[in-house]
Amino acid sequence: MTSAVEFLNVSRHFGAVAAVDGVDLTIAEGSFFAMLGPSGSGKTTCLRLISGFEKPSGGEIRIFGAEVGRVPPHLRNVNTVFQDYALFPHMSVLDNVAYGLMVKGVGRRERLRRAEEMLALVKLEGYGARKPAQLSGGQRQRVALARALVNEPRVLLLDEPLGALDLKLREAMQDELKALQQRLGITFVFVTHDQHEALSMADTVAVFNQGKIAQVGRPTDVYARPRTRFVADFVGSSNVLEPAMTKALGGPEAWASLRPEAVRLVPWNKSDLRGSVTALRYLGSAMRVTVILPFGTLSVLVPAGMPMPQMGDSVGLILASNGLHVMEEA
Amino acid sequence: MTAFLPVRGPGDRLTRLFWQRPALLLGLMLAPPLLWLGLVYLGSLAALLVQSFYAIDEFSGLVVPEFTLKTYAELFRAQNLDILMRTLLMSASVTLGCAVLAFPIAWYAARHARGAWKAAFYLGVMLPLWSSYLVKVYAWKLILAKEGIIGWAAGATGTTPILEAVLAVPGIGGNSLSTSYIGTWMVFVYVWLPYMILPMQAALERVPASMLEASADLGATRGQTFRNVVLPLAMPGVIAGSIFTFSLTMGDYIIPQIIGTSARFIGQAVYQLQGTAGNLPLAAAFAVVPILVMLVYLALARRAGAFDAL
Amino acid sequence: MRFDRPSFGLKLAAIGGLAFLHLPILLIFLYAFTTEERTYAFPPPGLTTQWFAVAWNRADIWPPLYLSLRVAAISTALAMVLGTLVAGAMAQARFFGREQISLLIILPIALPGVITGMSLRSAFAIMEIPFSTWTIVLGHATFCIVIVYNNAVARLRRLSGAITEASADLGANAFQTFRHVLLPNLGSALLAGGMLAFALSFDEVIVTTFTAGQQSTLPIWMLNELVRPRQRPVTNVVAMVVFVVTFVPILLAYYLTRGGADTAGGGK
Repeated sequence: MTSAVEFLNVSRHFGAVAAVDGVDLTIAEGSFFAMLGPSGSGKTTCLRLISGFEKPSGGEIRIFGAEVGRVPPHLRNVNTVFQDYALFPHMSVLDNVAYGLMVKGVGRRERLRRAEEMLALVKLEGYGARKPAQLSGGQRQRVALARALVNEPRVLLLDEPLGALDLKLREAMQDELKALQQRLGITFVFVTHDQHEALSMADTVAVFNQGKIAQVGRPTDVYARPRTRFVADFVGSSNVLEPAMTKALGGPEAWASLRPEAVRLVPWNKSDLRGSVTALRYLGSAMRVTVILPFGTLSVLVPAGMPMPQMGDSVGLILASNGLHVMEEA
Repeated sequence: MTAFLPVRGPGDRLTRLFWQRPALLLGLMLAPPLLWLGLVYLGSLAALLVQSFYAIDEFSGLVVPEFTLKTYAELFRAQNLDILMRTLLMSASVTLGCAVLAFPIAWYAARHARGAWKAAFYLGVMLPLWSSYLVKVYAWKLILAKEGIIGWAAGATGTTPILEAVLAVPGIGGNSLSTSYIGTWMVFVYVWLPYMILPMQAALERVPASMLEASADLGATRGQTFRNVVLPLAMPGVIAGSIFTFSLTMGDYIIPQIIGTSARFIGQAVYQLQGTAGNLPLAAAFAVVPILVMLVYLALARRAGAFDAL
Repeated sequence: MRFDRPSFGLKLAAIGGLAFLHLPILLIFLYAFTTEERTYAFPPPGLTTQWFAVAWNRADIWPPLYLSLRVAAISTALAMVLGTLVAGAMAQARFFGREQISLLIILPIALPGVITGMSLRSAFAIMEIPFSTWTIVLGHATFCIVIVYNNAVARLRRLSGAITEASADLGANAFQTFRHVLLPNLGSALLAGGMLAFALSFDEVIVTTFTAGQQSTLPIWMLNELVRPRQRPVTNVVAMVVFVVTFVPILLAYYLTRGGADTAGGGK
């Protein structure tokens, strides 16, 4: 399979700051690729390097095997859904969607027909005559999506497209985006700082930290086998164990991560591993229990419906057999 | 479908060039306005400066294009110093008058006017600001003339003696309001008032209401709150406005020509020297004075944080 | 003690202040109808409309009016091009010298008009340029640039910068983006700036007296009438015309830019 986008040792410096620092990246055609990281980690700059709004200070970028160094944004067959949607305020919704076709010289009748089709695809039939200001946040998001997709891009870039929506709408849009991507077969590149969003939607996740990629892999891999402490910390809410603690829990003397759900609480006399409960945090579907042990503290997730410990209780702990993951890098 | 779209023509090629060299586009956009302002405006200012270092030949009356400080020395003659002092005093008192008159309007517009009233206040200040300068000056000629509306009003209300007493004040009085310093001052205040109201209103709008309440809660009287809280916060706006009122008064030559005494101000001196008197160097030297005053004034204003209120 | 309710005195002072700003202008209108020709007697002894006809037939009014209109039109056109260019450049990038450029644009109206006028006069004298329509235009366009610039820059600031990127992203080249996205969004602000520039130029007298030589614009004609009055009510009729020619564009400019923090004319 060809790769849709390739980064070969790409850097982007702003003055003395390296926003993107020697990134190598391959995005497979037809995949749903998430760039995950905190703000300032370089993920958005990478997206803008693909669309052409930033130029690399070093390295090479290829789209479908072709080097993009001399191709300005408007000639790249790549479209973007912008963070604040960037809809044209003076145009109707239909004209917004038809814009890409208009500037490419598609006739009026044809482009309006295709724009209507696109609006139907994003479930906005009948909204064509409105102005963007008359739409809700979720509707604007769909218009932005339709406006990009009508151009039949080979790669669709999404810059935190769900960031401005409330939780319920965001979850619904996540499902819709995923379904849309599978139906159209277009490569989606998605930037987010929300690990749940990245894990639930993407086929591949790249975790960014300080301009570099800390880890790339399938969501399950990144979640269960973080390569570095940063990834373990940022993706989910793992226990990050110092080498001494890993050893005390029966592993090698190295940094490791331990998922809260890989630890089970039992009555204190049922395990050799004992500690006392120092904090409880109710999460709805589960309780996060913090247990202090002789060599450190651990977070444990107790699903709702299980017997709940009280503050100060002495408890025993049992680790799942493959729960301890030794990291490659500190 | 390919990864790239084809280049369709010169528009696309130019766009690519601009994308590859953003400085080129920036340069192309900046070049015409900068050339204009650089050549026409800065060039003229330079010409003014050059001219002020020339002098006029006393016998032939022609400008001698040789560097000399003689012309600047002439500024220090008693009659010319009088002109400078008179202008600065008038500028200062006009600024003060504008600040006092502007305050209630700016305060009301900033803190009490809402909705339609707010728009009305805005337009009410903006329209006189923009409407014809000459028409406004002319209107005051009608008002201040001996037989004009003020004289009539004074007669109708029996306050003519008060008006006469005011006009009898030595130094600032005169035959009628339209031939006295008081009249000149009134027209200056009127014409430049909007320039004081707008920045003052902008500064007052930034005073949070909670701050006034806090002062009141702490037991301050209305007067104390005004002195210790409102005035310091309004000050950047007053200074910003005063830049306009001061500078505009200093450079004006039409108002004192039409309303006032025969004593001259800087603007008039410049105008007459370059025109009928044909002494361009001295006119230029006179014009340099407001520039220097304003440079000092702007430096002081910048230190007082007035530019945030502009 | 509360600050949320204006005292009667404050209200009176505020509204009185506004009235003070407007009443003198109304007087001009009144005096255009007076039957008294030689003095400014108040109240006017009688009212007549004859001065409009007299003004219409005065041959010395028309050439200054044409000159003023021509100068204002040319200066506005120049200022719109130059002001828009510099606003566009300032909006698109941070670059070395930005601060200096914005100071340079504002300087012509920040310094007293007599300085601009005298500077141009000095330059014309040194370079031996004879007075013409174009010497007037040179001055007017210079101080009109900032008016257009202020309006354009305020609108650009309010526009989401991403819409030009969105346009390029969708396949539009720079010229298509300008035509289909930038111009429609900037249009009303530019129009407002243009109208204000026109009003400012049409009415300008201080700089003009230095750059006009023997030519007479309408404000210069009025100034001469003020210094040496002939038929006083005719001057009032002309003043009314000047007022209306500047007032209408100002009002239109206000409505074109209403609803934003960038309302026109904040910094004349």
